[in-house]
Amino acid sequence: MQPEGPIAPFSLSIKDLPWQIAWDKDKCTLCGRCTASCPVNAIELGVFRKRQVAPAVGILEAPENQYTLYYGIRQKTDPAYACVGCAMCNMVCPNDAIIPMHGDEIDKLRMHGDRGGQARRRGGRRNDPGSLLDQIKFIRISMLTDPALDAGRHEFELRTLLGRVLPPEQNLKFMAENGWTPPVREIYPLMIGGMSFGALSPNMWEGLQMGVAYLNEELGMPVRMCTGEGGCPPRLLRSRFLKYVILQIASGYFGWDEIIHAIPEMKEDPCAVEIKYGQGAKPGDGGLLMWYKVNKLIAAIRGVPEGVSLPSPPTHQTKYSIEESVAKMIQSMYMAWGFRVPVYPKISATTTSLAVLNNLTRNPYASALAVDGEDGGTGAAYNVSMNHMGHPIASNIRDCYLNLAKVGMQNEIPIIAGGGIGKTGNMAANAAALIMLGASAVQIGKYIMQAAAGCLGSETDRCNICNIGLCPKGITSQDPRLYRRLDVDQVAERVVDVFLAFDTELRKILAPLGRSTSLPIGMSDALGIADKNAAERLQINYVV
Amino acid sequence: MCRLFAITSQDPLSPMVALQALDVMREGHDGSGVGLFLRDLGGPFDEIKDAPILSGIFSEAGLRRLDTYMMDLGFMTKYKLSIKVPKTPPAGVPRRDIYLVRAYEYPEDWDGLPQSELYNRLLETRLTLRAMGDETGDMIVFSFWPDVIMIKEIGDPLSVAKHLMLDRKELQARIIMAQGRQNTNYAINLYACHPFFIQGYSTMTNGENTAFIPIREYLSSRGFPGYVGYQSDSEVFTHILHFAVNRLGLGVEAYKHIITPLQEADLHAHPNHQLLTGLKQTCRKLIIDGPNCVIGSLPDHSLFMVQDRKKLRPGVVGGRPGRYAFSSELCGLDAAIPERDKSQDFQPMHLDTAIVNADRQEVKICSQKDPLHLSH
Ligand code: SF4
Ligand code: SF4
Repeated sequence: MQPEGPIAPFSLSIKDLPWQIAWDKDKCTLCGRCTASCPVNAIELGVFRKRQVAPAVGILEAPENQYTLYYGIRQKTDPAYACVGCAMCNMVCPNDAIIPMHGDEIDKLRMHGDRGGQARRRGGRRNDPGSLLDQIKFIRISMLTDPALDAGRHEFELRTLLGRVLPPEQNLKFMAENGWTPPVREIYPLMIGGMSFGALSPNMWEGLQMGVAYLNEELGMPVRMCTGEGGCPPRLLRSRFLKYVILQIASGYFGWDEIIHAIPEMKEDPCAVEIKYGQGAKPGDGGLLMWYKVNKLIAAIRGVPEGVSLPSPPTHQTKYSIEESVAKMIQSMYMAWGFRVPVYPKISATTTSLAVLNNLTRNPYASALAVDGEDGGTGAAYNVSMNHMGHPIASNIRDCYLNLAKVGMQNEIPIIAGGGIGKTGNMAANAAALIMLGASAVQIGKYIMQAAAGCLGSETDRCNICNIGLCPKGITSQDPRLYRRLDVDQVAERVVDVFLAFDTELRKILAPLGRSTSLPIGMSDALGIADKNAAERLQINYVV
Repeated sequence: MCRLFAITSQDPLSPMVALQALDVMREGHDGSGVGLFLRDLGGPFDEIKDAPILSGIFSEAGLRRLDTYMMDLGFMTKYKLSIKVPKTPPAGVPRRDIYLVRAYEYPEDWDGLPQSELYNRLLETRLTLRAMGDETGDMIVFSFWPDVIMIKEIGDPLSVAKHLMLDRKELQARIIMAQGRQNTNYAINLYACHPFFIQGYSTMTNGENTAFIPIREYLSSRGFPGYVGYQSDSEVFTHILHFAVNRLGLGVEAYKHIITPLQEADLHAHPNHQLLTGLKQTCRKLIIDGPNCVIGSLPDHSLFMVQDRKKLRPGVVGGRPGRYAFSSELCGLDAAIPERDKSQDFQPMHLDTAIVNADRQEVKICSQKDPLHLSH
C-alpha cells in the first residue's frame, strides 16, 4: 500500500500475522512448488522492483538510479489468506528456501478472524501447550523390599474391561441360574477415539483400520477403534473386522440407517456402541462437517445430500432428560444387537460428570462412561469452544473414580479417559497417570493423527485447517488430490509402531512399580506431583 | 522380608515348636516382632471348643473397661489363661500389664441365634473393643472367636516366648501359624503384625503388596463391617480369603484364581472357563501383584500356602502323615519335622495351592489348571 493510501481496519502487516514467511532469494529457484502447495494460498509469486544508486566513478558524472526487477515470494496479509504455519512450502521446496516462522508476540490476526460476522472456526485443539498430566510422576518404585519386575522378561497382562461388570456375588448367581450377564470385552487399554469417516479422509481411516486389524490379528493386541459419528463403510460393517470397531452414534445419527440395515448381514458383533453426548474439544456443541468435505462417498455413507454442511445438534433432540436420554438410548442400542454388545455414553468432562455417572450406576445396562477432557481435538468447531470450554481431564476422572469407589462400584463401570493424552508426546506416561487416577482405559485421537500420519497441528495454532477440507497432509481432506498424499499402508504401519512402543513404555512404567498381573487402575499411591494444590485435589502424593 | 512358619498336627503342640523353627530362620527376620495364631486347641481349651476366646493385650484400666463392657453384653468368663509377666520385660519388648486369653460363655439372649448372626455379633464385639482401645490405647484386641488364640508382641520371638512363658502346658494347639517380623515401618503397631484374623479366617504373608491401595478401596467399599484396619498391606489377603469363601461361597482352591487369575490362553483351555473368566473380571480389584507368599488357616482346619503369580517369595511344605508344616525356608521345616521324607518336600509354584486338610494325611496340590470343584 502507499504511505498515504487508505488503511482498512483489517489491514495488517506481515508482522501482525501469527506466521511470517522467511524466504531466501539466493536459494530460491522460482520453481513455484511452494505457491502451488500452500493450502490457503498465503503466498504468491511476487515481482519486486529494486532501486540501486550507482555512485559516479568520475567527477563529471552524476550518480544514477538503476532499476532492476526480481521475482520471488510474497506473503499475503489479507486475513482470509493468512499463513497457517503448516510449512508445506518448506517441505516441497527443493532448496529449503522458504520457511514459516512464528511471530514473537500475540498476533493481531486473531482480532480479525471474524470478518463478515462469522466467528472463527477451525480444526485442532485448545491453544494451550501446558499439560498437567506431564507433571505427574510415578514415585512408588519397588526397591529391595519388593523386587522390581522386568519389563522385558516378565509376563504382563495389559488388558482392560469394557462392559458392565457385575458384582462378583451377582455374577456367580446369574451364572448359576443361567441368567443374562452383561457383555464384557477384554481390550487393550489404549483405544483410538472417535474420528469419523468424513472428518478423516478415506486413506487415513483405512490406514487406521488396517493398523488396528494387524495389531489384533498378527500381534494379539486387542486394540479397538471408534468410528466417530459418520457411519461405517458398508464393507466393513459386513466384515469380520467389525469386532474391532466401536460404532458411535451421536445427535445427528449420521450413518445409522446404513448400520441398522446391515445388522442382519453382520458376521460379527461390533465391539461396542458409543453414544456421543459430548466432545471435550467443543463441549455442549454438536459435530460439524463442513460442506467442503461432504462429497459423494461421504454423503452416501451418512445418508445425506452432497455438498451441504452437516452440523449435528448439540444434544440428542428426541430426548429431554438424562433418564430418557441415557437409559432409553442405551436400552435401544442393546436391543438392536440382542443384548450382546456393550453400550456406553461419552460425555465432555464437566462438573456435572458425577451426576451422569451416578445415573449410570443405577442403570444396569450402562457399560462404561467415556469422559473427554478439554484438551481433546476436533475436526471442526468454533475457536471459542475449543479454547475456552471444557474441564480438565485429570480431576474429572479422579472424582468419577473416587465416587465409584465410595459406592463400591469401581470395578463395575469402567471410566474411559480422553483428551490431551500424549499432548506433548508423552503418551504412555499420560495414559498410565490417568489409569492410576482411576481410568480403565484411555482414548487418543490427535496423537495418532500426528504419529501415524504426520498431522501438523499444534497447541500454538499451527495448521488447524482440518475443517475446510484442505488438509495439506491428506488426513482430514476429502479431495483425492490431497489425500492421495497419504499412503494407506504406511499409516497402518505407523499405527502398529505407535502401539508397540506404547506397550513397551507402559511396561517400563509398571514394572518398577511392581505391577504386571493386572492394570493398576486407581493405584494412586504410585503418583506424585510437585504442586501442592494439584496433589490435594487429586488425592495423590505431594513430592518436591 | 518376614519369615513364616505354620504347622498342623494330629496331636496338640506347644507354640514353641513354631517359634523354634522361626528362630532357625532368624537371618531372615530382625526380631522386631512375633505373631502367633493357634487353632484346634489342646489342653483345657479342648473341652470348650464352642466358647469364644478373646485374645489381646490390656492395661489394668483396659481390663476393667473390658469387664464392664462384656458383662453388660452378658458374657461370662468360662476359662482364662492368665499370663502374668515379670515386671521388667527383656530388651526390645514393651512393658504390658496383661496378655489376655479368655474364653467366654455366650450371653443367654444369644441362645438360638443362627450361626451367621452369632458370627456377625462376635465380629461386631471385637471391632467395638478395638475401637474402644483405639480411643485410649488401653486395649489391643486380636481375635474373638471359638477355638482360636492369637498372641502378638514386639521383640525377638524367642525372648517374647520366654517372657510370656509360652511353653506352658495349657497352651497347646494342633494348628499353629507364626511369623517373625522384618520391620519395614519404624513405628510398630501390633495391628500391623501378622497373622491377621477375621471370622475364622487367618493368613500371614511375607513380601509387599504393590496393589494394596486399590484392593483396600475395594474391600472397604463392600459394605462389610469387618473389612477395616489395614495397618498392614497384608491384611487384605485375609479379607480376600474371607470374601472368597464367606461372601462368594467358593472353596480355598478358588482363592488363587481370585488373587492371581490365569492368563488368557490358560483360561480358555480351562474346563471352568466361564466361571473363571467371570471371577477374573468381577474380582479384578482383588488381583494381587506380589511378591507374596500367603499361608492361611480356614475354619475347616485346613492349612494352605499360595504364591504370587511370579513366585517371587520362598515357601516350602513338607512333613509326614499326622504332621505337616509350611515354612519360608527348608531349615524351618527341618527344625520342626526332621523325621519326614524330604524327597516329598514341595515348593508351591505360581499355579499351585498346597493344602493340608484337617485329617493331616497328605499335602494336596491344586493347580490352577485343574478343574475347580465347587464346594457350594
Ligand atoms: S507455511 Fe503453509 S500456509 Fe504458510 S505459506 Fe507455507 S504452505 Fe502456505
Ligand atoms: S495437518 Fe491436516 S489434520 Fe493436521 S491440523 Fe493440518 S489440516 Fe488438520
